[in-house]
Amino acid sequence: MSLTTADVRKVARLARLAMNDAEIETARAQLSGIFDLIAEMQAVDTGGIAPMSHAQDVAQRLREDKVTETNQREAFQAIAPQVEAGLYLVPQVIE
Amino acid sequence: MLNSSLQQLGSALRARKISSVELTQLYLDRIAKLNPQLNAYITLNPETSLAQARAADVRIAADSAEALTGIPFAQKDIFCAQGWLTTCGSKMLHNFVSPYDAHVISQFNDAGAINLGKTNMDEFAMGSSNETSHYGTVKNPWDTARVPGGSSGGTAAAVAARLCAAATGTDTGGSIRQPAALCGISGLKPTYGVVSRYGMIAFASSLDQAGPMGRSAEDLALMMNVMAGFDERDSTSLQRDKEDYTRDLNKPLTGLRIGLPKEFFAEGMGADVAKAVEAAIAEYKKLGATIVEISLPNSKLSVPVYYVLAPAEASSNLSRFDGVRYGYRAPEYSDLADMYEKSRAQGFGAEVKRRIMIGTYVLSHGYYDAYYLQAQKIRRLIAQDFIEAYKQCDVIMGPTSPSTAFKLGEKGDDPVQMYLSDIYTIAVNLAGLPGMSIPCGFGANNMPVGLQIIGNYFDEARMLNVAHQYQLATDWHSRAPHGL
Repeated sequence: MSLTTADVRKVARLARLAMNDAEIETARAQLSGIFDLIAEMQAVDTGGIAPMSHAQDVAQRLREDKVTETNQREAFQAIAPQVEAGLYLVPQVIE
Repeated sequence: MLNSSLQQLGSALRARKISSVELTQLYLDRIAKLNPQLNAYITLNPETSLAQARAADVRIAADSAEALTGIPFAQKDIFCAQGWLTTCGSKMLHNFVSPYDAHVISQFNDAGAINLGKTNMDEFAMGSSNETSHYGTVKNPWDTARVPGGSSGGTAAAVAARLCAAATGTDTGGSIRQPAALCGISGLKPTYGVVSRYGMIAFASSLDQAGPMGRSAEDLALMMNVMAGFDERDSTSLQRDKEDYTRDLNKPLTGLRIGLPKEFFAEGMGADVAKAVEAAIAEYKKLGATIVEISLPNSKLSVPVYYVLAPAEASSNLSRFDGVRYGYRAPEYSDLADMYEKSRAQGFGAEVKRRIMIGTYVLSHGYYDAYYLQAQKIRRLIAQDFIEAYKQCDVIMGPTSPSTAFKLGEKGDDPVQMYLSDIYTIAVNLAGLPGMSIPCGFGANNMPVGLQIIGNYFDEARMLNVAHQYQLATDWHSRAPHGL
């Protein structure tokens, strides 16, 4: 399968990965090769087969709806790139 | 002391023949001497390790020691350990000092084990050669011009070079078994859901599983007793009774039925690997096993299915790295979107970005049914092949990897060739089965060959028995790299 430059640019945008033109072209060539490998599975007849996500087919376990986490804001924010007054700082998003 | 089993080390510690501080210092000195050439460890914290050793000695003196108390282990750098730099092999987490312990880490801590350091790995566990680590490639202790395998390559090299008594790994598509094979050690990937994933940095959540890596099956069994068990903090952890994984080690193998998948012995496997694996099968016949030919007709689809499912789950899991709450943030950016895009572009390496791109594409609008859903359906066909096969046999055997360790840089430019080196291991993750690799000889260039043993669900104790009996009859597992 051959991906276009526009396909790769769109995926990079969705994945929030900055890429220059040369990187887009390298990615296009490599991803096309990988999708050739993946294409082998398209011919398989999977009619009537249920998708499998957990080998034991267990259902999601539910827990009681109560607070179990303790406040560890200081420990967590000690490793953040930028914080102020207990808040995470990011570039302004609302004018 | 460096060649002692965990059982022997535990006995020596409890008999006060050596203290945990002395044993820990012995390993720290050896690491200081040999790690610069092997690069097996990313982070060492000698003061922390020795403080743990002093606490272990107090516990031993109080006669409250357990099997692993005072024994020095290494931990793959994918496990969050409180106060330790936890990088997952990535620049993205170059400054991430974990505020909490993974379940696996707290299990080792509760057992009184010593953490010697965090081992090198492919970035976010994505790789089969350890060449994608931001912290430099790991060298294979048997030949430092060759790769140790991946992604648990630092752990495999550290165990093989006797830079720890044993260590942990994780396996999403072969990341415990393949490096174990390439470095001549033993490794076990348990049944999916047996070891908690809490605090283990996620790659592909429906496939990731932690397991032990060491020099013998007996050592792995003792580690499983500490690592396995239900944990409510992992939503896929299975609620089962505690097991003693050493319970069947000494059973004879008379009547054991070994299934050999004809697909694994077809073209693709190196002649040197085939010779060693066939010799191991012959040894099992001598030990009383019978051989059954089986078929896993859908196993050839494992690689394409895996390279849809694993990148899809990775693209979702790795969306958390945004430069806001922890990890790398780009130094310059114009707005929020630019900050996300630059932080991720600069923080992730090429292989991780490639997999995020594959995953983003297959999950994007209009492609979900054709890729992710189709792959999940074929995943069931692959699992059903194994369920059919286990009606005729007790364990399945074959090669772990098609070749012995390749040279550093040999497959660097071709992702598809690299992906194909996991051809025998991936089906086991897709089916959620337990799999292990044990040393079974040497191939081309005198590099180790691994025998893969695949068990039925929850059959780890039997697999460890099968591996242990072979290790009583042979000595491949006790060979050590020369000159170290």
